[in-house]
Amino acid sequence: MGQGAAQILAYSIVLVALGYPLGLYMARVYAAPGFGSRVLGSLERGFYRIVGTDPEREQDWKSYAKTVIVFTALFFLVVYAIQRLQAHLFLNPDHEQAVAPHIALNTSVSFVTNTNWQFYGGEYTMSYFTQMTALAVQQFVSAGAGMAVLAAVIRGISRRSSSTLGNFWVDLYRSLVYVLLPLSLLLAVVLVSQGDPQTFGGHAVAHTVEGGLQLIGRGPVALMVAIKQLGTNGGGFYNSNAAVPFENPTGLTNFLEAVAILLIPVGQVFMFGKMVLARRHAWMVFASMFVLFLVGVGIAFPAEQHGSQVLRASGVDIAQGGGQSGGNMTDKEVRFGIADTALWATATTDASNGAVDGGHDAFTAVGGAVPLVNMFVGEVIFGGVGSGLYGMFFYIVIAVFVAGLMVGRTPEWLGKKIEAREIKYAAVGALFVPTLALSLTAVSIVTKLGLASVFNPGAHGFSEALYAYTSQSNNNGSAFAGYGATSFSADLGAVAMLLGRFLPMVAALALGGALAAKKVVPVSAGTFRTDGPTFAVLLVGVVVLTAGLMVFPALTLGPIVEGLTR
Amino acid sequence: MLRDLRSSIVAGAVLTLAFGLAVPAAFTGFAQVAFHHQANGSLITVRGTVVGSSLAAQSFTKARYFHERPSATSPAYNADGTAFANLGPTSPALARSVEQAAQAILKLEGPYNPGLTIHDIPVDAVTTSGSGIDPDISPAYARLQSARVAARRRLPLAAVRRLVRLHTDGRSLGFLGEPGVNVLELNLALDRLAGAGR
Repeated sequence: MGQGAAQILAYSIVLVALGYPLGLYMARVYAAPGFGSRVLGSLERGFYRIVGTDPEREQDWKSYAKTVIVFTALFFLVVYAIQRLQAHLFLNPDHEQAVAPHIALNTSVSFVTNTNWQFYGGEYTMSYFTQMTALAVQQFVSAGAGMAVLAAVIRGISRRSSSTLGNFWVDLYRSLVYVLLPLSLLLAVVLVSQGDPQTFGGHAVAHTVEGGLQLIGRGPVALMVAIKQLGTNGGGFYNSNAAVPFENPTGLTNFLEAVAILLIPVGQVFMFGKMVLARRHAWMVFASMFVLFLVGVGIAFPAEQHGSQVLRASGVDIAQGGGQSGGNMTDKEVRFGIADTALWATATTDASNGAVDGGHDAFTAVGGAVPLVNMFVGEVIFGGVGSGLYGMFFYIVIAVFVAGLMVGRTPEWLGKKIEAREIKYAAVGALFVPTLALSLTAVSIVTKLGLASVFNPGAHGFSEALYAYTSQSNNNGSAFAGYGATSFSADLGAVAMLLGRFLPMVAALALGGALAAKKVVPVSAGTFRTDGPTFAVLLVGVVVLTAGLMVFPALTLGPIVEGLTR
Repeated sequence: MLRDLRSSIVAGAVLTLAFGLAVPAAFTGFAQVAFHHQANGSLITVRGTVVGSSLAAQSFTKARYFHERPSATSPAYNADGTAFANLGPTSPALARSVEQAAQAILKLEGPYNPGLTIHDIPVDAVTTSGSGIDPDISPAYARLQSARVAARRRLPLAAVRRLVRLHTDGRSLGFLGEPGVNVLELNLALDRLAGAGR
């Protein structure tokens, strides 16, 4: 356990050490009008010219939301069309056929909503052209869109008596070119040096030592892995995602890829502090998230080390030490062992990433409940790029509202009065997605069509369905991967992903718009302070009580029953 | 609306060209030059023939070789169709597959390891890996197999153990990840060492 705990500690330190300066940098990226050197600046101006936007002209929240939605809808059509037509397009050395209609629909929604739920195995379904121009482009663009929306919402919080939040094209361009692209290239270089392929050469054919034939799937892997980790996308090149040595060959790549999952979301907390000039408040938000992160990994790691019922009963040696990591090694890789896989599973569901370096379906009941609850609370424990922090804003508004009720004063947040309208947006933002997830889970387990997707028997089968719709509604994309693809589950999932992406996003922009219009009230003795530990405790409590309680009855039907099964 | 649509079409085209084609093409060019071996799949060539990749398990069934972990891919060790087994923690199918794997190991290794019981079998030996092509086994599982491989190859046990140590990848930077023994590389080293053997 000591070795594992040391890795988790190192992970936390590196995350903050890199995230903090990145956050300050991103605050400059979204603030300064003339950001970037002369060369970069002229590229940027060129982009605005051909897109036909005046970077000085800002949009109000409705106009901003409309642009994001139109932009995403257009890409939905493109991604769908490329999948259907890939057999006739370029860069298809392995001769992949057209993707089936319902799978293509699900996948298209999945990638434009930053979910990256995968009802297909990449290495034997998608051509290189599809992976690159349809899927990986969305891994950049959908992440950039989420980051843009967050920047706009934060402007709304920091401004006073303003009707506008910013220009979507400016925020998108800057997210892509000044943040996501350089970080991805940096990470991709390390990955390819460690063994991630990057080739257009098609699969390799090996004549194995014992005289068999082995196909080895290759492709433009390294760059896609880099952006899927950094952009909280999670959609891998290979079916088994980051468990595959070609996506994640060493302990070092595993560490860096896991850091990449939370790097930008952590940075955005500090970016928020800088942009609204409330660093202590940002540190308290960080502390709340960090505590929830530690609780998650602190439960998942020992649970997986303890082992599953089947393995404990089998009599094989699951004790750690003596040349093995022991524990629940089902669907896990030797080079990662238990600690790294549990850490990754926690991080990937704290964020809306969804990449996995081991099979979650084979996790123990308790170990598998951690990712489930992480997602269910709305992925606000750092969360997705952009979406995580604006999701946390909903809870912050609810927290100051609760505090206001307790002291009997009008609640305030960063000098803005929180009134009925803001509470409505926050309540919708916080409660809609968990409701959606539970409703769709219910639909999937009371219909024959839905039940066809369940793979494991008993309570675990229910967990698979609950996990599937929690993951898709929250735009995570990780899975209890036994849950199977049917036309019905593909379409139901598409509904989950679409609503789960855009309803909270619009609510967040509306909240930003409402706050932007307000005046700032001076701090008084009755103001509830949001820059102290009391606030952090309250915020954790609100997250746990709001969404945590909603998922509890469902947990009793799945993981809890399973955990009590012998 | 129309204005957004027009902007989106142009932006979509520009971003697809840049992030979907130009950047990946340039990066692939760089990777092929700077990290040619890794960028092409870390393939291992013996006398001009590609025999596998150091990042993918392959099937070993003969007694003179170290064996890999179980694989859930179809066929086993399919490096172009990776897969989890997806069997839950209380799954009867999991119980059966663990039991079968353990019995097979007892039968195979028992004669070379007197007194071997199921309690001596490390868990990675009876569980499927995440990818189905995990190139590593735990040092504990390698130790268990060493006696058999040494006997079948008429090598001193110490020589086999020395090779195992040589092909054990430690933790990255000394503390990241877990140690593992690369089975394909180890078996190739054994073949080079002995040249022959049953």
